[in-house]
Amino acid sequence: MKLRLVWAIFCPVKGASAVFSKDLNSELRTRYALNSLLMFVVVTLSIILFSTAGESVSPTLSAGILWIIIFFAAMSGLSRSFVAEEERGTSMTLQLWVKPSSVLLGKLAFNSLLIYVLNVLIVFAYILTVPSFIVQSPLIFFFTMLLGSFGLASASTFIAAIISKANSKGTLYPVLSFPILLPLLVSVIDATRLSVDGAAIGEALADFKILISYCVVVTTVSIVLFDFVWRD
Amino acid sequence: MARWMKLLVGVWIAAVVTLGVTIPIGYIPGLGDRARILFFHVPMSWVAVLAFLMSMWYGIAYLRKRDIMNDIKSASAAELGFVFCILATITGSIWARFNWGSFWNWDPRETSIFVLLLIYGAYFSLRSALEIEERRASLSAVYSIVAFVTVPFFIFIMPRITFSLHPGGAGSVAPILNTSGKMYMGTNMKYVFFASLIGFTGLYLWLFQLRTRIATVTYHKHAESA
Repeated sequence: MKLRLVWAIFCPVKGASAVFSKDLNSELRTRYALNSLLMFVVVTLSIILFSTAGESVSPTLSAGILWIIIFFAAMSGLSRSFVAEEERGTSMTLQLWVKPSSVLLGKLAFNSLLIYVLNVLIVFAYILTVPSFIVQSPLIFFFTMLLGSFGLASASTFIAAIISKANSKGTLYPVLSFPILLPLLVSVIDATRLSVDGAAIGEALADFKILISYCVVVTTVSIVLFDFVWRD
Repeated sequence: MARWMKLLVGVWIAAVVTLGVTIPIGYIPGLGDRARILFFHVPMSWVAVLAFLMSMWYGIAYLRKRDIMNDIKSASAAELGFVFCILATITGSIWARFNWGSFWNWDPRETSIFVLLLIYGAYFSLRSALEIEERRASLSAVYSIVAFVTVPFFIFIMPRITFSLHPGGAGSVAPILNTSGKMYMGTNMKYVFFASLIGFTGLYLWLFQLRTRIATVTYHKHAESA
């Protein structure tokens, strides 16, 4: 009895880690996502730099622009996890081998890793190229990126699962994700602005509360509902 | 819906409109006669939220029972909710022009209704991008549930913690949407407001029934010809 309970808990995790390592291996082999996303970031950043050439961007505005880059980078990269399974026709095999919850958790882990790596690079490039973006409260900025990236990965992984079954996937993805992600984006932009303004950590507490509850709510709902999306 | 109920809804709404415009409401600081929007704008927003809730409710019912009728009802509720949401946005925007000075200024309440419109728009574009019936039904049901869990962040949390000009925001007088859970309205206003709420709900239910019947007939017609 006890053994079965332990198995019930660890089985999805085991399956999830298998899905995660499968995605990671195929990514490391081709470096498709990371390469194209890096180029996407370079292109977006250079458009912003060209259009603001010579003008000094206010700190508030620079916090917003940073999240515009992150949002669209996520929108162009994160849908791949599920869309690729449909395109290669491998989703049936996955359905046979692992539980739906394992698939979601594995993909979520991979997408989180991807967006963390990507965000580190984006922030690094952004700080180097936009002189007015100076983080004065690193602690607020760190927690914002930590929670914001996870929330972004969590919501967009689930939406990716939905749109992978639809036609016109590319245009549908940001359309469906934006309203779901907006509470996250509003509080994340506000917290980033606070970190640039050099606010005390207590001022960003309201934003952190929203971010934490958002992450919990979205992740829970996506785990509960994933069965209906995956098996149809 | 019985014939007398339809007639009742018509007479009721006409009475509410007449009373809403003419009844004396007393002096309200900062709003004056512009407070009369409460009789129409608030019930519209209420119906929009009710419709969205019903859409999600039928969505859940579809996921449980896999009955296509539930999906038809879910989509009908969403369509009507969209119409009422647009109406609430327009009335609110006209009111904002005369009370705040501009049609649109990204007040938290305006942001939240804008998000509601975006969600409905995304819901309909998702539906049109899915061809297989069962898949369309289950995926749009899932999307409406996910959307409904994130909406409270906008409608209930954000307008409270950020400064808002809308009655009910932090730092302004709130007739209905306030944290203490009381209503600050004169007796006249209260009666007309509740009458309007009931009238609009009745109108919505009637429209919902009509829309569902049309959608069902169209569905069966397509099923026969296919």
